[in-house]
Amino acid sequence: MQKTSPEIGGMGHSIKRKEDLRFIQGKGNYVDDIHLPDMVYGHLVRSPYAHARLKSINTDKAKQVPGVLAIITGEDLAKANLAWMPTLFFDKQMVLATGKVLFQSQEVAFVVAEDRYTAADAAELVEVEYEELPVLVDPHKATDPGSPILREDREEKSNHIFHWEVGDKAATDKAFRDAAVKANVHAVFQRCHPAPLETCGCVADFNRATGRLTIYMTSQAPHAHRTLFALVGGIPENNIRVVSPDIGGGFGNKVPIYPGYVCAVVASLTLGRPVKWIETRSENLQSTGFARDYHMTAELAADRDGKIQAMRVKTLADHGAFNAAAQPTKFPAGLFSICTGAYDYPNAFCEVDGVYTNKAPGGIAYRCSFRVTEAAYLIERAIDVLAQELKVDPVALRKKNFIRPEKFPYKSPLGWTFDSGNYEAAMNLALEKVGYQQLRKEQDEKRKKGELMGIGISSFVEIVGAGPAHTFDIAGIKMFDSAEIRVHPTGKAICRMGTKSQGQGHETTYAQIVAQELGIPAADVTVEEGDTDTAPYGLGTYASRSTPVSGAATAVAARKIRDKAKKIAAHLLECSEEDLEWEPGKFFVKGAPGKSKTIQDIAFAAYTNIPEGLEAGLEAVDYYDPPNLTFPFGTYICVVDIDKGTGEVKVRRFVAVDDCGNVINPMIVDGQIHGGLTEGLGIAFMQLIDYDESGNVQGGSFMDYLLPTAVETPHWETAKTCTPSPHHPLGAKGVGESPNVGSPAAFVNAVVDALAHLGVKHIDMPITPWKVWAILKEKGVVN
Amino acid sequence: MAKKQLVRLKVNDREREAEVEPRLLLVHFIREVLGLTGTHVGCDTSHCGACTVVLDGKTVKSCTMFALQADGCELLTVEGLIKDGQLHPLQEGFKEEHGLQCGFCTPGMLMSSYVLLQKNKKPTEDDIRWGISGNLCRCTGYQNIVKAVQYAAAKMGQGGAK
Repeated sequence: MQKTSPEIGGMGHSIKRKEDLRFIQGKGNYVDDIHLPDMVYGHLVRSPYAHARLKSINTDKAKQVPGVLAIITGEDLAKANLAWMPTLFFDKQMVLATGKVLFQSQEVAFVVAEDRYTAADAAELVEVEYEELPVLVDPHKATDPGSPILREDREEKSNHIFHWEVGDKAATDKAFRDAAVKANVHAVFQRCHPAPLETCGCVADFNRATGRLTIYMTSQAPHAHRTLFALVGGIPENNIRVVSPDIGGGFGNKVPIYPGYVCAVVASLTLGRPVKWIETRSENLQSTGFARDYHMTAELAADRDGKIQAMRVKTLADHGAFNAAAQPTKFPAGLFSICTGAYDYPNAFCEVDGVYTNKAPGGIAYRCSFRVTEAAYLIERAIDVLAQELKVDPVALRKKNFIRPEKFPYKSPLGWTFDSGNYEAAMNLALEKVGYQQLRKEQDEKRKKGELMGIGISSFVEIVGAGPAHTFDIAGIKMFDSAEIRVHPTGKAICRMGTKSQGQGHETTYAQIVAQELGIPAADVTVEEGDTDTAPYGLGTYASRSTPVSGAATAVAARKIRDKAKKIAAHLLECSEEDLEWEPGKFFVKGAPGKSKTIQDIAFAAYTNIPEGLEAGLEAVDYYDPPNLTFPFGTYICVVDIDKGTGEVKVRRFVAVDDCGNVINPMIVDGQIHGGLTEGLGIAFMQLIDYDESGNVQGGSFMDYLLPTAVETPHWETAKTCTPSPHHPLGAKGVGESPNVGSPAAFVNAVVDALAHLGVKHIDMPITPWKVWAILKEKGVVN
Repeated sequence: MAKKQLVRLKVNDREREAEVEPRLLLVHFIREVLGLTGTHVGCDTSHCGACTVVLDGKTVKSCTMFALQADGCELLTVEGLIKDGQLHPLQEGFKEEHGLQCGFCTPGMLMSSYVLLQKNKKPTEDDIRWGISGNLCRCTGYQNIVKAVQYAAAKMGQGGAK
C-alpha cells in the first residue's frame, strides 16, 4: 500500500483524533446533554423480587404528586399490544411486567413528570403488590423436574431454550477413545456487565404536528433500531428518525433495545412532549444486557508427543429471564465455534444448551464478536491444562500445534475459513519482548525460595467483521455495512457510515481511509455517523465490524469516486484515461508528471466543468458485503507475583503482540489495546454480577461491581506483527476487541502457573485475593 | 417540594445565582441550571468520578453534594479550563497523547489532574495513577492519561498556563 504524506494522513499515520477537541472542552453531546423545549422526564418502577406474581398496581398516590403527568403500566401497554417486545434473538421480553416478574429490577411501571426528581419521587409511591414465587438461580437446575417453569408465555413448558451443536461427533468421540492423553477443564466464564461509563438513555420526541418521532438514544445500531421501532410500533419508518449522538462507551451494552426506550417513546406519543429517560448506574448493571455466563467444559485429546487430535466442548448458557442475546440469527451461541483456536487438528465437536433463570436478560457480546471471548478463553485454558498433563512447556505445546502459515486459508474442524495468520511469528515476538527463558529461570529460583510467580500465555484467534450477508443477519437484516462520500466543489469531503463510534475514533480513522484512497487530507474530511435521516443504512458498531465492513465500504466508495475523477482528469488534461496514472492526491500523464490535476482541481471541475455525458457531482455510496470474516490474532504474555499473606495477585508485566493486519492509525490501535486489556484485567480479577439464592443481584452498583482504576492497572507493553487480510480492500482486520478476547486467559494462566506446582489446574474468574488465599490455605502454603 | 433557596457562587470566573430546591444535587445544578453539560454523571455511588469539579481548589464529586453546599464557593468546571481561547496544557496533553476515547470520563479526569498538578508540579507515574484513582475510565486503560498528565506537567514546568 502506497504510503501517503503526513499532510494527507492516510493509512499508517498516527494523526491526532479529530473528535477530541470537543470532548476536552466539555462540549461533547451525549444523550443526557440534550435538552428540548417542554421536555419531561421518565423514571421506571422496578421489581424488588426475582420471581413474583403481580397482584396489583396502585398508582393513585403517585398520580397525586404535583408535576406527575402520566404513569404507564404493563396493562396500559397491553392495550396497544406493546407489553412485550421481540428480543434480538427469537424471543420476546416484557416491556412492563404483566402477570409476573421474572428478575430483580424488572421494569414494572413508567412514571413521567415535569422534572427528574418528581418522577423519582412519584415512582416511590407506586404501590405494587407481589406474591413471591420460587426462584431459579442455578442454571444447572433449570431443567430439573422440581424447578419452577419461568416462562408461562411459552408453549414449551420448560426452561430449556435451545440446543445447538456443530462438528463431527462420531469422529471426535472416536479420537477421544483412541487418544493416548486427555485433558479437561471445567471453566465458568462468569456473568459480567460491560458497564460503559455512560449508562443507557434516550430522549423520545414525538411531534404531533408533523407525526414525526425523533429518538435520541444511546444506540450502537441506530438504523437497525429505527427499523425495529417501525416494525414493532407500527410507525411508518420514514416518520422515525433515530439519532445516536456522542456515546460514552458501548462495549455491546448499547446494542439491544431496552424497555426504558420503548416507555419513553410511548410516553412521548401519549403526551406529545419530548420525554427523557436516563438510567442510573444501578439500573444499568441490574437490568440491561449482561455478558458471558457460560458454564463450559472442554476436553482435548492428544498423542503422547503433544499433537492434538480432537476437542470436545459442552456448554450451558444462562440467558436469564429472556433470551436477549444480540446475535446473528443462525448462531444461537454466536461464534463460539471458533473455540478450536489457533491450532490444527482434524476433529472437534461443540454443543451448547441455553436455559432461562430468574436473572436479568441478555447474553450480549461484551467487547466481543459474539461469544468469541468465551471461546478464546476456553481453548487457551484447555491447552494449558493439557501442557500440565503432558508436563511440557505451554509455549512448546502451542508451537507444536499452531496452524502453519502455509495452510491459510485454513478450514477449521468446526467450519470456519481462517483468512490469514502467522501465529508463531506473533508468539516469537512476544517471547522475545518478555524475555521468556529468563523469566522461567527466575520462576524456578523463586519456587525454591517458596515465592509465587507465574507466567501466563494466550495465543488467541478472533473472528470478527460479520457479514458475509449470506450467513449473517440480525433479526433478518443482512450484516452488510455502508459508506457514502461526497466531495464538495472545493475539494473537501463529508462521509457518512452505517456504523456508530462509541469512542473508537471513527471520525479520524474513516477520514484516513478517504485520505489514503483519494489523497484528500484527513483534516479536510468530515465523518458523520448516527443520524438515520442522513447516514446510509448499516447494522452498526459491535463485534469489531466497523473497519472490516464499513471501513471496506469507505475504501470501495472512495475508489468509485476515483474512477469518476479519472474521467474528469482525462477531460481536463485532454488525454485518454489510459494515459493517466494515480498517486495519492493527483492524476498525472504517464511520462509527464508535470501534467497533472489534483483531486481538488477535479472536484471543482465536477461541479463547474463537467465532461459531456458525465453526471455532475463527485460522490459515491457503497454497501459492502464482506466475502468472509477476518481473523485477527496475537500472543499475550502475563507475568504475575502473588502475595502469600493476602492472596493478592500483582500483574508485574503484560506483553501484548497483536496482528490486526494493516493498521489505519497506530496510535488509536494501541489505545484500543490498552483499553481492552484493562477490561480483561477487570474481568479476570474483579468483575462479577452474582445472585444470591433469592435472586438478589450482588454486584448491582459500583460499590459491589468492581472495575479497575489506574492504580491496579499495569503498564501495558504492546507490539505488532502484520499479516494483512487477503480479502479486505485495505488488508485490515479489526482490533477493538482482541485485547478483551485474548487477555483473560493470559491472566488466569499466569495465576494458575504460579500455583501449578501445588497441583492447581484451574481457578474460575474473577480471581479475587480471597480465592487465592483460600487455595494457599487449602494447600498448606499458609496457615 | 421544599421552599427554594438562593445559591450564589462564582463559576468559571463568573458570578452565578439561582433559586434551587435544597435537595438539588450540585451536578444537576451545574448541568441543568447552569447549562454546563461537560460535567457528567456515570454512577450513583460516587465511585466513577465523571462528575468531578474543582470547588475552592479541591476536587469534589458533584453528585455527592447539594448545590446549596456550594453557596459562596468558587467553582471550576471543565468549561473553565480554556483561557483566552488557549487550551490548558492538560487539555492539550489529553489530545496529543490520546488520553481519551469516548470522552465521557474526560472532564472528570481533567479536573482531578488539574488539582493534582496544582499540588504536585512534578508527579511520578505512581503519583498520577493515585491522583486519578477516584476516576474510572472504561476505554483507555489509563496509560495514555498518565502520559497526558506528564505532558501537561512538563509544559507547565516550562512556564505554560497554571
